[in-house]
Amino acid sequence: MQPLLEIRNLRTEFLFEDGPVAAVDDVSFAIEPGTILGVVGESGCGKSVTALSIMRLVQEPPGRIASGHALFHGTDLLSLSERQMQRIRGSKISMIFQDPMTALNPVFTAGDQVAEVIRLHQRASRREARQRSIELFRQVGIPAPEERVDAYPHQMSGGMRQRVMIAIALACNPELLIADEPTTALDVTVQAGILELIRRLQAERKMAVMLITHDLGVVAETCDRVLVMYAGRIVEKAQVDTLFAAPAHPYTEGLLKSIPSIEAAAEEGSARRLDAIPGAVPSLRALPSGCRFRERCPRAIEICASVDPPLELKRPEQWAACHNPVPAP
Amino acid sequence: MGRLPQPGASAVSEPLLEVRDLSVHFPVRVGIWGRVRGTVKAVDQVDLQIARGETLGLVGESGCGKSTLGRAILKLIQPTAGRIRFDRQDLTGLSQRQLRPIRRRMQIIFQDPYASLNPRMTVGQIIGEALTIHRLASGAELRRRVLALLDKMGLPRDAEKRYPHEFSGGQRQRIGIARSLAVNPELIVADEPISALDVSIQAQIVNLLVDLQRELHLSYLFIAHDLRIVEYVSNRVAVMYLGKIVELADATQLYRAPKHPYTQALLSAIPVLDPARRRQRIVLGGEVPSPITPPSGCAFHPRCPYAFDRCRQETPPLYQVAPGHTAACFLVPEATAPKQAS
Repeated sequence: MQPLLEIRNLRTEFLFEDGPVAAVDDVSFAIEPGTILGVVGESGCGKSVTALSIMRLVQEPPGRIASGHALFHGTDLLSLSERQMQRIRGSKISMIFQDPMTALNPVFTAGDQVAEVIRLHQRASRREARQRSIELFRQVGIPAPEERVDAYPHQMSGGMRQRVMIAIALACNPELLIADEPTTALDVTVQAGILELIRRLQAERKMAVMLITHDLGVVAETCDRVLVMYAGRIVEKAQVDTLFAAPAHPYTEGLLKSIPSIEAAAEEGSARRLDAIPGAVPSLRALPSGCRFRERCPRAIEICASVDPPLELKRPEQWAACHNPVPAP
Repeated sequence: MGRLPQPGASAVSEPLLEVRDLSVHFPVRVGIWGRVRGTVKAVDQVDLQIARGETLGLVGESGCGKSTLGRAILKLIQPTAGRIRFDRQDLTGLSQRQLRPIRRRMQIIFQDPYASLNPRMTVGQIIGEALTIHRLASGAELRRRVLALLDKMGLPRDAEKRYPHEFSGGQRQRIGIARSLAVNPELIVADEPISALDVSIQAQIVNLLVDLQRELHLSYLFIAHDLRIVEYVSNRVAVMYLGKIVELADATQLYRAPKHPYTQALLSAIPVLDPARRRQRIVLGGEVPSPITPPSGCAFHPRCPYAFDRCRQETPPLYQVAPGHTAACFLVPEATAPKQAS
């Protein structure tokens, strides 16, 4: 299948007093139309910067897309003018953010903010835009949409605001929705509703979704394929089922093992220790030689200290950047 | 007053902490004159006990009152009503001065390891401060104890002379734990101790807390919204909704057979770590209501899939489901005797 978006060798740097630091370093992946790609990793791994780079929203300076391509329908987003990019942003590719409290403008009603996007990208009268907003509110599961379009953000709960954000993002029927930690600020019962909404809308509209999260549970529940990022690199890329059944990279395996599973607890009883990953994520300004994970890795071998492992196909449909991958069970 | 039997050790020995009918109400003030318009029942008639060496998990969504309850138990917030007994001593009428020796024995670990450490103090000063305040150690003895704590926490000894900003989130949380442990407490209120940390660091801190508990026979009130971690660390778990405990049971029992519809929804909302087991979940309608204007009757009724007339009119008491398992829902078989409202 022709990918909808193909990222090739993306490198995004931030300039510090002592020189540039690559927050995203040589990242390549593709998103097929109508699929959900999960991007998972811990803070500072580069998952959000990857998304912001695709949207061309990296603040310059101190940020800078140093090299790479982002081919959307074959057009390189990274070489477009700001004006051309504005026509794609919000209409062909939309993004929602973690914090629905600050992403909405407090002095406009929720309906105004949806209508603004509709009128910006499409010909529509005020009346039509308002009608469309009400319809979108209904689709994203906001109760009493005729009344809620006139509500201000502070009159809504966190979950409702995130639904408004989704309505804004979907206003122009984008082909790709980038969702950056869309449920992290929400309570677990509200999170379940938002994830279900994203999945339903994705299926109805045959849209592609790039879902960025730190929660592997969210990935397992929602995604088709997944990228695992660590210290600016993709360390593993696989189908969701494969990744959870047989992770190839020791970091992925470590993450999975460090989360207590309620199902396992019910079967085995507790009193087992969690398998924690020792140490902490290295600073991007003082990366170890060779593999970036080797100092914390239980499977590290001699070569790991000298040769940075490339992302390679290890098993069918499963890529990992590792010299000594976890064997298949 | 029919006290509920507690499972495990607490059934035989005296609980270390016993909280009865604890309420914390805050006035809601409006306008520039601060006219009192109503009250928020942040914590409303809560009963709980914690045995020595036991972990009681406390879960609930934001605004349910779990942190307020934790702070009220430590008397960091003055309760409006109710009794707190710690090691058989009633804390209700005690003055600040009388409380001081008890405060040493009850400590807190905060959520945010960035905001809860004084940036102008060295790690050694932060950990040693409570020892000085409680006049437990000074001079060389103080230093020896600080270094011993650093060792125990897996922190380098040179941390003593360094400042909090030089450490990562996980290390800062270790410093926070060392500070709490310095005065040899018996009860620790851990208020979301891992939610600000990265996934790979969370497990390290959880293991540390579990190891320390085994070694020092600590009791924990473990407050968290991550239900997986709570299940892992707790002996018993209490579920809060809008200021009230709606279910309390042995951890295994609660996760296997939740009785309150809210607990059921909460557990069903946890994403499963197995893509092959994606499931139909209970998605709750509506949102957590405002605690300023709580619904009538059972506070959960507007979102409850099983609500009927009685739920709108009466507040359900905690019914006993099984020994040590209570749930505040009219659907719990009425054959079981209701716990006496006090």
